Amino acid sequence: MSEPLLSVEGLVVDYQLPRGQLRRALDDVSFNVLAGQTVGLVGESGSGKSTIARAIVGLAPITAGTVTLGGGAAAAPRQSVQMVFQDPYSSLDPTKTIGYSVAEPLRVHHGRELGAQEVRARTEQMLESVGIQASAAKLYPAQFSGGQRQRIAIARALIVKPKLVICDEALSALDLSVQAQIINLLVQLRETHGISYLFISHDLSVVEMLCDEVVVLYRGRIAETGPARAVSNRPRHPYTRGLVAAVPEIDPVARAASRATRERLRKPVAPAPPLEDSCQYRHRCVFATEQCEQSRPALRLTDGPTLVACHRYEEVARDLDEKAESEIPAMTPQS
Amino acid sequence: MSVATPAVLENEADAAASVSAVAPKGILRTIVTSKRGASALVYLVLIFLACELAGVLTSGGPNVQNLLAVNQGPSIHHLLGTDELGRDLLTRILYGGRSSLVGIAEALGALLIISIPLGVIAGYVGGLTDRIITRGADLVMSIPVIIILLAVLAIFGHSMTTAMIAFGVLGSAGVTRVVRSAALAARSEAFIDAAKVIGVRRTDIIFRHVLPQCRGVIVVQAALFAAIALGVQTGLTFLSLGPAPPAPTWGGMVADAVSQFYVAPWQLVPSGVVIALTVIAFGVLGDVVRDAIADSHSAGVAGGRHRVRRRPDSPRAGAAPEGALLAATGLSVAVGADSAQTFLIKEVSLHVGFGEALGIVGESGSGKSITMKAIAGLLPAGVAVTEGAVWFEGTELTTGGADAYRSVRGRGVSIVTQEPMRALDPSYRVGRLLADLVRSLDGCTRAQARECAIELLGRVQILDPEDVAQRYPHEISGGMAQRVAIAMALAGKPRLLIADEPTTALDVTVQAEILDLLRRLQQDTGMALILVSHDLGVVSEICDRVCVMYAGEVVEVAQASELFDQPMHPYTRALMSANPGSWQGGQLSTIPGMVPSPQDWPVGCHFAPRCGYATDACVREPIILRQVTATDQARCVRAEVLSAELSRTPTEVRQ
Ligand SMILES: Nc1ncnc2c1ncn2[C@@H]1O[C@H](COP(=O)(O)OP(=O)(O)O)[C@@H](O)[C@H]1O
Ligand code: SF4
Ligand code: SF4
Ligand SMILES: [Mg+2]
Repeated sequence: MSEPLLSVEGLVVDYQLPRGQLRRALDDVSFNVLAGQTVGLVGESGSGKSTIARAIVGLAPITAGTVTLGGGAAAAPRQSVQMVFQDPYSSLDPTKTIGYSVAEPLRVHHGRELGAQEVRARTEQMLESVGIQASAAKLYPAQFSGGQRQRIAIARALIVKPKLVICDEALSALDLSVQAQIINLLVQLRETHGISYLFISHDLSVVEMLCDEVVVLYRGRIAETGPARAVSNRPRHPYTRGLVAAVPEIDPVARAASRATRERLRKPVAPAPPLEDSCQYRHRCVFATEQCEQSRPALRLTDGPTLVACHRYEEVARDLDEKAESEIPAMTPQS
Repeated sequence: MSVATPAVLENEADAAASVSAVAPKGILRTIVTSKRGASALVYLVLIFLACELAGVLTSGGPNVQNLLAVNQGPSIHHLLGTDELGRDLLTRILYGGRSSLVGIAEALGALLIISIPLGVIAGYVGGLTDRIITRGADLVMSIPVIIILLAVLAIFGHSMTTAMIAFGVLGSAGVTRVVRSAALAARSEAFIDAAKVIGVRRTDIIFRHVLPQCRGVIVVQAALFAAIALGVQTGLTFLSLGPAPPAPTWGGMVADAVSQFYVAPWQLVPSGVVIALTVIAFGVLGDVVRDAIADSHSAGVAGGRHRVRRRPDSPRAGAAPEGALLAATGLSVAVGADSAQTFLIKEVSLHVGFGEALGIVGESGSGKSITMKAIAGLLPAGVAVTEGAVWFEGTELTTGGADAYRSVRGRGVSIVTQEPMRALDPSYRVGRLLADLVRSLDGCTRAQARECAIELLGRVQILDPEDVAQRYPHEISGGMAQRVAIAMALAGKPRLLIADEPTTALDVTVQAEILDLLRRLQQDTGMALILVSHDLGVVSEICDRVCVMYAGEVVEVAQASELFDQPMHPYTRALMSANPGSWQGGQLSTIPGMVPSPQDWPVGCHFAPRCGYATDACVREPIILRQVTATDQARCVRAEVLSAELSRTPTEVRQ
């Protein structure tokens, strides 16, 4: 297999808090993104997804571990890795035309060799390819809807032909119907430009649709990882179970099953204890035992193609699946 | 200013938080388009030109004496009269203005050269640099300005230039701090991160992205400072601390006039008026720009100054529908003055029964929030109900004015919004906020209210209510804040809770918890619920009945199970298949295009431009909402045909 495009190894990030304290935002996180692959990072807010993205592009301090770009991305990292941010309202400078914003990366990296004319031509072409009229280049962000702004942000990320595009909750602020449009756009651009995505979301159903691999994070540690379909169809970690069951369902049968799982997993909300050398999910886990308190579960291979960090995932599976097997419709076996 | 559209109304609220600067050409345009600003600007330009062209506009110099015409009033020879040496006052004002304006320019120059770079660097770089600069600024701000100025004048032999530069330097400390705050705010904007990721150099980020964010506050500070500088300059010359006597200065003229006050009181008028007007003009400029910045922060609604009126001939839509707790009948809401009215929602009718849960679904811009605000009497200024009625337990609310709403709000109808944090005053602890609310509703004692607050927090399933009550809103998470907001909404034991996108800003896991909570509360208390969302899945989690809205109209209403089983309107169907939850591999089906703005609503079916099944019959005339099946109403001329046809294609609907 070829060298990975992005390789994250044992990444630890500590943020400096006001009174000299440290907050561990990431604790020993490793994963790879291969060329042409889309990898999803899932977890609730504060789980460290954005921190991973920020560490990759150099916006977060790395305490330990490495972030390595390979597969041709190493030569020009600034150009090879681009990012699309969550908030379409604040990620474009309100005082600049969208033409300016989209062309900015091009000017930064190729300003010398490309004339103004060429920059303008490429900008307009890029805008068209994300579904924005070229004539809109002279308008300001305030004149666009959230979905349109996200298209513009995508155009800005793609204009320098990056190898990897990090989408940090790029869909979360949008309507479902607009999300669907952007998802299709991302898929289409992936095919035409041959890019890889690191796709960050708190919503597993979107990740399942777009990603080959998924990494589920909880409090800065990986809870579960593997092929996206396998993880969402057969989640092993109690946290991933909860994530899957949290997706609102229109279908009444699926809805009842999810609700039952949520009931089974419900535990009164308690403040999070320090991470320590124990399971980072123990305070919210209905399956927690003494062992979970005393040792940190390692990521280990399951009977399927996924890796999970839970001491008791077999028992968890037995407990939840016995009841749910009959209720959850059409669980496709992992491929 | 264009008319606000619902899309703008809904999105603008989010946008406002991040757009911290007036748009580029904005500042000049802001000034010119406001009457006050334009007058001030015109005045300043005229004064400037007049002073510059003093030699052309007047004959003879400022010091030409005519002892035959001393202390005169205005006349054809001396438009503004003469002083005690018979010098023409107009000429002296214009020549004197030169030194005043130069003085202002010197002070401003010094001020800006120092404060902009220091402020931007302190704010953007932060850390030790920031601390050193702000401490330095604090130090300078504590120096008594007037003493320094007097000292400077004494040392530099009455050099006004040195004095004004010194004044600018001293004033820069305060402005540095203001610019620093603006730069600090800009630093945390996502587009700054975006520029870093792109690889833009630090200096370019500062010049291209940070500085433009600060432009507004810099203009404000400069204008206000110019006004002060003029005052100081005039004061110094009044005390003859500036250029030696025959040279004309505004302050000197005031001094001369004061000495002649009993002989020729008129003399005080020309110089006094010019000085006052100039100071005011600078002040006004600053104010206008500052107001514009403040407006861009608040979710300003276009058309706010117009009064929208109910049409005199508008139907009041009969009587209250039987058996409904709340009903809207033929409700239309518009923005803009009579002549240029634009409807934001048109003839919306819906009702909620006692204890029922109604879902309202549609994309942003379809008018969901406007409908809810109209029902709760919370429409923003400039937007009003023009037709139709809102009935709560048989009482009509829209014609009863603010009082009618006040009597039902809180106790009858409560509302929870997408941004719980906005509902929580950041300066009070959560417990205090709740207790105050309980007291204002019940008039109970402080202790009772406190107890009540704790109990409410328990009811929204907060494990340790005592602890949460002690926290400030910024110390709790988004999901917790939404629980607190729901607790506040429950305080008056409402019979109807309106939840407008209550989970849109939350993680899926937290969303599921909040929805479970709402469902349980609704079942336990028997209150009715209206749940608004763009996500059919969210609505289906709770609601008995669902109302689908599109471009200001209700397009389908049905029991939830039937609606999802067999949607009758193509829009409902399209929404369902765009839901990632219904994805079955391959391309996700989408709805092409966007919700049209109200000014662009088609005459016929509003959905026609995006509908794959539109025919001629769809675009000819407005489509009515009609009973399509026994339990389903839809606004589509082809509903029956399409529904029969499409339910045979299995990929469209989830089986
Ligand atoms: N600049 C910062 N300073 C201190 N703590 C931070 C900072 N940014 C993020 N954190 C903390 O780091 C953790 C991970 O945050 P983040 O990566 O933003 O999560 P996510 O993207 O999954 O929502 C959280 O506990 C968050 O509060
Ligand atoms: S290790 Fe223990 S606490 Fe952690 S998820 Fe597994 S069972 Fe729960
Ligand atoms: S009326 Fe015509 S255009 Fe409108 S939804 Fe029905 S089929 Fe489509
Ligand atoms: Mg994040």
